[in-house]
Amino acid sequence: MGTAVFRDAWLIAGKDLRVEMRSRVGLNQIVPFAVTVLVLFAFALDTDQEALRTYAPGLFWVTVLLAALLAIGRSFAVDLADGASDRLLLSGIDPIAVFGGKALAVAVQLVVLEVLLGAGVVLLFDVTVHRYGLLVCAGLAAAAGVATAGTLYGALVAGLGVSETLLPVLLLPVVAPVLIGATRAFQDAFGVAGAEGWAWLGLLAGFAAIYGVFGALSYGALLEEA
Amino acid sequence: MTLLGRFPALTGVDLDISPGETVLLKGPNGAGKTTLLRLCAGLCSLASGQGWVLGHDLSEERRMVRRRVALLGHRTGLYDDLTVAENVGFWAQAAGASHQDVDEALERLSLAGRLADTRVGRLSAGQRRRASIASLVVRRPELWLLDEPHAGLDQQSRDTVDSLVRGAAAAGATVVLATHELERIAVLEPRVVSVVGGMVRSGGGDSEGDAPTDGDRRVS
Repeated sequence: MGTAVFRDAWLIAGKDLRVEMRSRVGLNQIVPFAVTVLVLFAFALDTDQEALRTYAPGLFWVTVLLAALLAIGRSFAVDLADGASDRLLLSGIDPIAVFGGKALAVAVQLVVLEVLLGAGVVLLFDVTVHRYGLLVCAGLAAAAGVATAGTLYGALVAGLGVSETLLPVLLLPVVAPVLIGATRAFQDAFGVAGAEGWAWLGLLAGFAAIYGVFGALSYGALLEEA
Repeated sequence: MTLLGRFPALTGVDLDISPGETVLLKGPNGAGKTTLLRLCAGLCSLASGQGWVLGHDLSEERRMVRRRVALLGHRTGLYDDLTVAENVGFWAQAAGASHQDVDEALERLSLAGRLADTRVGRLSAGQRRRASIASLVVRRPELWLLDEPHAGLDQQSRDTVDSLVRGAAAAGATVVLATHELERIAVLEPRVVSVVGGMVRSGGGDSEGDAPTDGDRRVS
């Protein structure tokens, strides 16, 4: 493993992001879906503005996770559509690079989604950001954690006829620590609770690192069995 | 033996192909030709027995095999939302090929110019097939595995495929193809291998769909 792995990971990530930008599925479908979920939460809790502010971090991250399921599923659907997944195997690209590239592309999409949804939360839920540094770091770490775990489980179910329904069942319990940690960190950043935000950020970073290493090591075997 | 799900798709294959040889796999639909090609590409695993492709063990070194072969299957392996040039360029970069290789492949497959900047999703079936071939040409494979390469193509694209096969054979590459267009391939004087019901018979001139005799070995 060397620079070739990083070069190939960058190649895969660039390809995935270019496909997403061209297809506009993220912009035209995933983002509107996520915004709709946020608005529905606002409708449901509309009479209690204080509750909206208090629960804004949790509602934000539930929304991100739901939208992430769509982004991860699509990342693999694009490869499967016309046999590109076989070509990837035949290309000789190291599976570590494939994993890293796909996870990076998903993470970038999640960060963009977080920025858009963050603006939505500020507008709809009337929250104020007190700690920008914590907010940004927690957002990046959580995106990395969801992307690495999601890419691993996405590969596991890719090609199965039931992948759309199986992915949420498998992935959501696994990323529960991300939901908890990111929510606590955002509570601190929004100043709505006295959570130790930086400590929770450590959990998020640890989760991303563990799934990054685990995914890189197991992705090759996973592709062989898929 | 190779399994498709729980069922043996190929059993007892005994097939030896020399470097530079052109081999025609002949047989009815569902006989196991596609599985045999995917097995040679390292995309299927052996449930039992042993196999080597380009000197690599199919049980232990499938990744090494994959780097050196090109498989043209029923699907194009391309991304609809990327242009022809982007698709070919992506697979070229993955194989370590140069921009010049990409330009040459596009030129050779009559895809240069306006077509190169067209999204694959907007191409005709024949153009897509040619783009798929271009993305394989840039890899300079030592073994070509072609599964019904003429299927669904117009006359121009069929001629392009023929040119590819002739060029690969002339360059010393090994070519294994499954096709029903026997008259098109006859000029290459390929060795004919019959695949019937998961069994392989080598070197025959037997008619398609014949049942193997008792003396035949069952092939994967």
